[in-house]
This record gives sequence, structure tokens and C-alpha cells, in this order.
Amino acid sequence: MKVLVACKRVIDYNVKVRVKADQSGVDLQNVKMSMNPFDEIAVEQAIRLKEAGTATEIVAVSLGAEACQETLRTALAMGADRAIHVHHDGGLEPLAVAKLLKAVIGAEQPSLVLLGKQAIDDDCNQTGQMLAGLLGWPQGTFVSRLKVEGAKVAAGREVDGGIENVELKLPAVMTVDLRLNEPRYASLPNIMKARKKPIDKKTPAELGVDPAPRLRTVKVAEPPKRQAGVKVDSVATLVTKLKEEAGVI
Amino acid sequence: MTKAWIPPLADTRFVLGELIDLDRAIERAGNHVDRPGVDQILDEAARFATDVLTPLDRPGDATGARLENGTVVLPSGFAEAYGRFVEGGWNALASPAAIGGAGVPKALATAVAEYWTSASMAFGLCPLLTQSGIELLARHGTTAQRQTYLPNLVSGRWTATMCLTEAHAGSDVGALRTRAVRQGERWHVRGEKIFITYGDHAMAENIVHLVLARPEGAPAGNKGLALFAVPKFIPDRSGAPGRRNDLRVMRLEHKLGIHASPTCHMAFGEAEGAEGELVGAEGGGLAAMFTMMNSARLAVGVQGIAMGEAAVRHAARYAGERVQGRAHDGRPAGIDQHPDVRRSILVARAEVEAMRGLALVLADALDHADHGLDAASRGRAADLADLLIPVVKACGADAGIAAADAAIQVHGGHGYIEDSGAAQTWRDARITAIYEGTNGIQALDLVRRKLGRDRGQAALGFVGQVAAVARDLAAAAELEGLRRRLDMAVDALGMATRWMTAAVERDGDEAAAGASDYLRLFGVVAGGWIMARSALAARARLAQGPSAPLPPEVYRAKLISARIHADHVLPRATALAASATSGAALLRAIDRL
Repeated sequence: MKVLVACKRVIDYNVKVRVKADQSGVDLQNVKMSMNPFDEIAVEQAIRLKEAGTATEIVAVSLGAEACQETLRTALAMGADRAIHVHHDGGLEPLAVAKLLKAVIGAEQPSLVLLGKQAIDDDCNQTGQMLAGLLGWPQGTFVSRLKVEGAKVAAGREVDGGIENVELKLPAVMTVDLRLNEPRYASLPNIMKARKKPIDKKTPAELGVDPAPRLRTVKVAEPPKRQAGVKVDSVATLVTKLKEEAGVI
Repeated sequence: MTKAWIPPLADTRFVLGELIDLDRAIERAGNHVDRPGVDQILDEAARFATDVLTPLDRPGDATGARLENGTVVLPSGFAEAYGRFVEGGWNALASPAAIGGAGVPKALATAVAEYWTSASMAFGLCPLLTQSGIELLARHGTTAQRQTYLPNLVSGRWTATMCLTEAHAGSDVGALRTRAVRQGERWHVRGEKIFITYGDHAMAENIVHLVLARPEGAPAGNKGLALFAVPKFIPDRSGAPGRRNDLRVMRLEHKLGIHASPTCHMAFGEAEGAEGELVGAEGGGLAAMFTMMNSARLAVGVQGIAMGEAAVRHAARYAGERVQGRAHDGRPAGIDQHPDVRRSILVARAEVEAMRGLALVLADALDHADHGLDAASRGRAADLADLLIPVVKACGADAGIAAADAAIQVHGGHGYIEDSGAAQTWRDARITAIYEGTNGIQALDLVRRKLGRDRGQAALGFVGQVAAVARDLAAAAELEGLRRRLDMAVDALGMATRWMTAAVERDGDEAAAGASDYLRLFGVVAGGWIMARSALAARARLAQGPSAPLPPEVYRAKLISARIHADHVLPRATALAASATSGAALLRAIDRL
């Protein structure tokens, strides 16, 4: 079984995000970038499927600028077998990503596609769903348990009330959640071996997809600063304030 | 307080990218890695050090290693972390590919070793000692010994120790009394050794003690010594750890710092004799030890740098959080706004950066001396490395201790309280000036051996190299202050070198009396050389614009650091030169100390 994993290069989760002065977006100049943590979980799951003998090949895919190759090397060092880089400078929206992934999937014919449930930069939480829709494949989102059984995959989805257990027919698209696994550290020998693993390069034009944005960003602003609290001297004042100023009771 | 240390990835990348020829270094090491691979190794090592090793450090200091029923028990978490370290392949980073190592440039392995040590010096000591054992056995072991020991030591499944010191034989190792008696193919070793780092533990399957002893009938002094591999468990025919050898830990030392690293007093051969194999020739024990000495001394200098980096980060965090007094505009200020606090942190940082650059340049020179493509350049690299070894060992240690001292001072009264964590860095760092040849021994090595053997020619060659960089600075108007200071400092080094060379020939005591200050002077000027080269490189990168490999703030910070070094460190050169050339007469003028 072939597993395809999508890996997005995003601003590192440790970096304090700054909005550009002209409010056109987030400042990405000279900030540390890493693999989207949810995608790391997806890569880890693919490797575990391979170690369990379920998967036979893992293909990591990343879409974006030249530097996405670093992200792919991380996936290869963790244990992916080969990688595909769809090179595009400039922004990519979830629909464009889904279309590009669909084109790659058409050529690769994987049985299972794993993605992070969302990327920590724009938090869209759309790509996996759009991809499944475009492919006409079943989808399992927010997956925190996953088991492949023959031509089916059983998954536990994190929903508000708890875990929803679903069973899907393969091929399928799954978006993974935080509690599915804990990604491994790349070992030194695997880092050294990663450079010998192939990274194929493609362009949106080769895949027949127009990646032009369809959305217009009006303004990006920081959330308002929290105001300082006040001390009240009695419960009565507190209740009055909650009633009259906060309007919550 | 938790540790404030974060891996100095940007500075490591700056040094590897600007001060050494990384592509050549990769080629010399056998092309087992490419540049993106180097970046990835640094990133992953930084992550491992931060996530897995750092949490060991504070609790490990509080608990310490213990001896229970004759076995060393390490603080909780150490064995698991070591297991992950070995499983991740990190123990093999510093070895050549031919013996199962990763085959990366020594400068890269050295940079990563700094991260292990900053995260937890007590943890990092174990692989550091194993590395020395690997280098000894790779060069002096028989084919059979190499087959038995190297794969296990390179992977880290087994660890190694260095057993030199005895109660009455410290710096004068030739006075040691441990004996070895031939028993057919093997030897029986009998004697006691002290200060054996990681002499026992249960993290690995086996421990190979490399023991310096005197074979029966061998002459007294250094020339009679031989080296023996004495494993805790004697390998069976298949090479697996077998029978328990006749050796044990008598007690653990109660130390100032590195509490989690067990420092063992070992007894070999109390019953039938500890079985060992001769490594190298019968009279060649000390000479064999010298082959790993260069690497080990570099490694200890790097420990100093690592502790200095940790101290600077700790002090900077505290200074940013601690509000005391008022800024010049009258508002309450973090103590990081006070000039004296800023100076002390920034000077410590500049010294640490200078020593990091010097250590990685030295690591590259050692690589070059061993594997350089042509004989002439190998010779030049070896000359530079020989000079810099004692300097990096002693001045790296001193920079770390000074930074740790400054960090305590920045913490004020809280720095003297263990809860702040500032004291631990100083307690841990303090040993680096002592072990692997005290800093005083390093000074004598520099003056007697390194100056004495060629009448200071190599040292004066280095002076010329620094003077040339000072001339290059003339092209950069904003670095004029740095140029003047470097010029003065290098003049002082040239003068002191000529005085010292004459003194070595004339009167050993005159030279010995000034040796430590001469070594410090050498360190100040070598640090200035590194910072001047760094400033020139940073300036060129800023001119290059957005295509430069690192963010512009890294280059701007480096320019500032170089100028701070010039303002506050380089002026010490003049004073040190005066002190170094004061002679020995007055030291004898008072009878009783």
C-alpha cells in the first residue's frame, strides 16, 4: 500500500508571529520555518504503518517555494521513501493546494492520503476536505486513532462530544489530529541517508493547475491588546459590574 | 529556575560558513554529508539537546550519582536519555565513516558537542570520554582489538574511560604505581586509579577502561608506561560482554560540580588481577595517550564555551525579568537597562563567541592536519593546531568560568542561592580549568614545547597572520577602533613571544613564571583575530543583501560583538604582556608562601 503525505512549510511554532507594518500579512522575512506540526504527525503515522508492514512506500509532497525542499528532507530523514516538490513562488490557497495534490495523486495512485488537520499558519482546516471532495474519496478528519484493515480503514475522529468511530473504504483521505501519535526525532543515520533519497520537482503548469489566488486579503491585524483588569472591593460591586458593564449575568 | 539555554544555531552557522571552508572540510571527511545535511544535523541535534538532555540537568545536579552495593546509580532519566542518544546515532557523529562513524567534518561534530554540554555537561562527559577511547584504539589497537571494541564504542553501546591519575600521580603521571603482569596473551593489571569519569554506570552494556600501567620490569618514569584495555565484562569469543572482570568502584568523589557524572575511585585486580590487553607498544603508553590528547583538550575547551553560552543566556533572561532601579527617563527598569549589567553580559558573550570561533577553526585545522590533500598545507595546519590546542583548552575554560561568574553577579544575591541555577553553571564549569591538564600545564605546553621546539617560529608566524588581518581592517572605516586595538594587542604578543622564546632558552623558571599570562595573552589576541575576521565577513554579507545565508541581524550583532571584544577584551593584551615578561626573581625572594 502506498501512502502519500502532504507536508506544509510553516512559520515555526516557537516563533512569535509579527504582522507586517503595512498589514498585508505576516512577516516571514528571516523567521525560522519548520514542518507544520500536524503534518509531522501525519508523516509519523505513515512511518508507523510502514513499520507495521501495512504500508510499502511513503511519498512526501510539499508545495511552495524552493525552501520547501528542507521540509521534505525532514520528512525523508524521519523515514519517508521519496518526495515530490511542487515548486511555486507566491501564496497558495487551500483550493489550489487541493487541486495540485489531486493531480499528484492521479499520477501516484496512493491508497491512503494523510494530511495534518490544519496548518498552524493560516489555520484554514480546508485542504483535506477539499481534496477528498475533488477526488470523490471518503474522508476522515481530526483523526486520533487509525487502523488499516484490508481494504478499509477504521478511524477515531475527535468531535466535541468525544471520539466518533468511523470506517472508510480505501482509497481515502485522512486529516490527523494532535493525539494520534508523538512524532519521532530524525536519527543521525537517517538524516545522512535522506540526501540520497529522490526529490522530484514539478510545477503547477505541468500538473495543469492554475494556482492563482481567488481570495483577496483585505487586512491582517494583531488581535486587540488585553485591557488590564480591575479590583473590586465587594461581591455586591462585582455582581453589579457583571450585570451592568459586562452584561454577562 | 529552568535552564534559559537555547542552542546558538545562528552563531554556529556563522562560524561554519564564514571562518572555515566548509565544502573542503566536507570533502576531506569523505563527502558523507552536504550543506543542507549540515544544517539538518545542527537543527536536529539542537532539538535533541533541548528536549531530551536539558531536562536532565537541574535534577541531575540535585540528586547526583550514587554508589549502591558497589554499583553506580545515575540520576533518573540519564539511562533513558543515553539510550535515545545511542539509538539516534548521535554517538557516532564524531567518528570517521571507516570505523562506522558518520564521517562529518570535525568542526561540525565539535559544534554539536557544544550543544550536548550546554544542555547537560554531566551527561555530555560520558560520550566525550568514549570518543577519546575510540581515537586511541583506532590508532593503536590491533586488528582484533579494533574489531572487538570499535563498533561497540562508536555506536555507544559500550562506553570508555581514561584511567591515568593515581593519588600521588596527577600532573606527574610518570610516578604512577599500577602494575601489569603478562599472563600469556593477556595481562593482569593491579592498582588503584582516581578521578575516573563514568568509571561505572548501567547505561551501556560494557565499559572499556583504558588504563595506564607499568609492565613488570619496565623502567621508572614516563618511558616505562604501557596502555591496557581493561573491560568491565570480558568479551567472549563472539565479542559479546562475558565474564565480570576483577575491578570495582571503591567510592565516588564528592565534587564541587558535575554531580550527575560519577567520578570513581577504582580498584583493579584486588583478587586474581584485572584482565587486560596491551594497546600499542610496551613503553608506548604515554605516547599513545598523547594521540587523543589534542582532541580531548579541544573538547574540554569546548565544554568551557558551552557553559559560557549557557551562563550568558541565563544572565540575559534574568536581567530582562528583574526590575530594579530606574532607567535614565525615570521609569522602573529591568536590570538589563543598566550599563554595568549590559556590559558584563555583552563582554561575556563576545568572549564566548571569540572562543567558539577559535575552537571550530582549531577543529578544522586538526582535520586538515590529518586529512589535508597536500603535505605543505597539512604541515601548516598542524603548526597552527599545535599552538591553538593549549590556548583553546585553557582560554575556552576561562571564558566559560568568567561568564558563569558574571551570570552569578547579574543575579545578585539570588545568584548565590542554588534555586537560581546560576551557581550550578559555575560549579560545573570550574573543572574545565583543571582536568585534561590544568591550565597551568597548558601554559607550560605552549611555552616550553610549542615555543621551545622551533624558537617561536610558528608563534611569530601566527603573529604575522593576525597583523595581516589587522591590515585588512583598514579598508573598513567603521572598524578603525577594532583595527587599532588589534594592532596594539598583536604588537604585545609579538614582543612577549620574542621575550618568552629567549627566556625558554636562557632560564626555564623565567619562562614558566610568565607562562600562564602569556597563554592568556595568546588567547586574547587569537580571540581578536577571530572577531576581526568575523567582522570583515559580516560586513561583506551585509553588503551582499538578502541573498546572504543568514538574517542581517546576525551579521549586525556580530559586528557589535567584535567591537565590544575590541573595546573590553583586547586592551588586556598590553597588561598581560607586561605581567608575562616580569620574570621569576621576585617569586623566589620570599621564602615562605
